[in-house]
Amino acid sequence: MIGWTIFALAGAGLVGLGLYGVIMRENALHRILAFNILGGGIFLVFGFAARRGAGAGFTADPVPQALVITGVVVAFSATALATAIVVRLTAAQAEERDDAPHAKDDG
Amino acid sequence: MNVAFDAILCVLVVLAAIRVVATTDLRAAVSSFLAYGMLLALVWVRLESVDIALTEVAVGSGLTTIVILRAISRMPLAPSSSTGSSPTRSAQVAVGVMCAMVTLGLSGVLLTLPDPAPSIAPYVAQNMPATALGNPIAGVLMVFRAMDTVLETVVVLLALIGVWAMVPQHRLAEVPGPLAPGRAPEPVVFLARALVPFGLLFGAYQVWAGADVPGGKFQGAAVLASMGLLLMMAGVITAPAATNVRLRALLLVGPILFLAVGVAGWSLAGAFLGYPAGLEKPVIIAVEIASTISIALALVMLVLGPPAGSASS
Repeated sequence: MIGWTIFALAGAGLVGLGLYGVIMRENALHRILAFNILGGGIFLVFGFAARRGAGAGFTADPVPQALVITGVVVAFSATALATAIVVRLTAAQAEERDDAPHAKDDG
Repeated sequence: MNVAFDAILCVLVVLAAIRVVATTDLRAAVSSFLAYGMLLALVWVRLESVDIALTEVAVGSGLTTIVILRAISRMPLAPSSSTGSSPTRSAQVAVGVMCAMVTLGLSGVLLTLPDPAPSIAPYVAQNMPATALGNPIAGVLMVFRAMDTVLETVVVLLALIGVWAMVPQHRLAEVPGPLAPGRAPEPVVFLARALVPFGLLFGAYQVWAGADVPGGKFQGAAVLASMGLLLMMAGVITAPAATNVRLRALLLVGPILFLAVGVAGWSLAGAFLGYPAGLEKPVIIAVEIASTISIALALVMLVLGPPAGSASS
C-alpha cells in the first residue's frame, strides 16, 4: 500500500511541474514537453487508482489502465498536431519578418 | 527493498521532469524528456501495468521525442527572443507557489481516498469469459469500452488530417521532409537491414499475443511504425506523399472496419459494437489487425509531419 502511494505523490509532483513549465517556458515546443509531463502525472494518478482497485484476481483494475493506454496515444496525436502548428506558425512569422525580398517566391 | 527501489525510481522520475522544465536549453529538455519517459515506463511496470509501460516507452516517450527533435531542427535557432521579456523573479516565485499548491492539494486528495477503493475489476472478471480474450485490458479496449477505442482511432486520423492541413492544397502531393539530412551513415543502414525483420516479427507478435498477455494493437503498431521510420532514416524506403491512394486506403481500413462491425452489431448482437455470439474472437482479431495497420501508418505520417519541400530524395 505504501509503495503505491509513493507513485501517486510522484504523479501529483509531475502535475505541478508540468503546469509550471506550461506557464513559465517561453518556447512553444518547450511548453508542449511540459504539457506531456503534466499529462504523465495525471496518467500516474490513474495508475494509482487502478492499482488500488486491484481485485477479482487482477493485480490492478483494468478499466483505468485501458483508459491510460488510450490517453497516451491521444496525447501523442495532440503533441504531433500542436508541434506541426508551432512549426507552421514560426515559418509564417519568419515570412512576415523578411517578406520584402522573398514576397513572390511562394505562389 | 522494493519500497526503497520505488522511492528511488520516483525521485529519479521527478528529477528528470524538473530538468525538462527548469532548463532553458530546448535540446537538453528533449534529452531529459526521453530519460523521463523511460523511467516512467519502469514506474508503470512497478504498478503492474506492463501494457501501459509498453505504450509509454514506444509512443509517449520515443515517438514524442522524435516529433519534437524534428521540429527543433526545422525552426530557427534563436526562437523569437525579441518578443516580450523573460519572466521576473517574483513571477517565477508566484507561479512556483501556485503550482506547488496544486501538487499539495492533489496529494492531499490522493492520500485521503475512500479506503475500500471503488473498483470495476469484479465486473470485468465476471464478463471476461464472454469476450474469449485472456488479457483483461484487451477485453476492456475491444469489448467493454470499445466505443473509446473506435473514437481513438478516429482521433489519431483527425490529428493526421490536421497536420496535413498545415500546407496549402497544391503542396499536398509533396513528400514529407527527410528524417535525416544527406546520405544515411553506414551503421544506420546496417541497423535498418538487421533490426527491421526482428522488429516486424516482434510488432506482429505483440498484436497477436495482446489478446492473452500484455501487448496489443497500439504497442504493436508503435513498434511497426518505428521500424518503418528506421527504414526511411536509412534511405531504404521513401516516405509516401499524403495524396498516395494506397496510403489513404490503409489509413482508413481500421476505423472503417471497426465502425462497420459496430453498425453490424445492431442487427447481429442487438447493440452498437456488439459482437456476434460465437464469433467474438475472430471478429476482434480482424478488427485488431486492421486497426494496427491504420494506426502504425498514422503514427509514421504524424512523425514525418506535414509535406515539406519538393526534394523527394
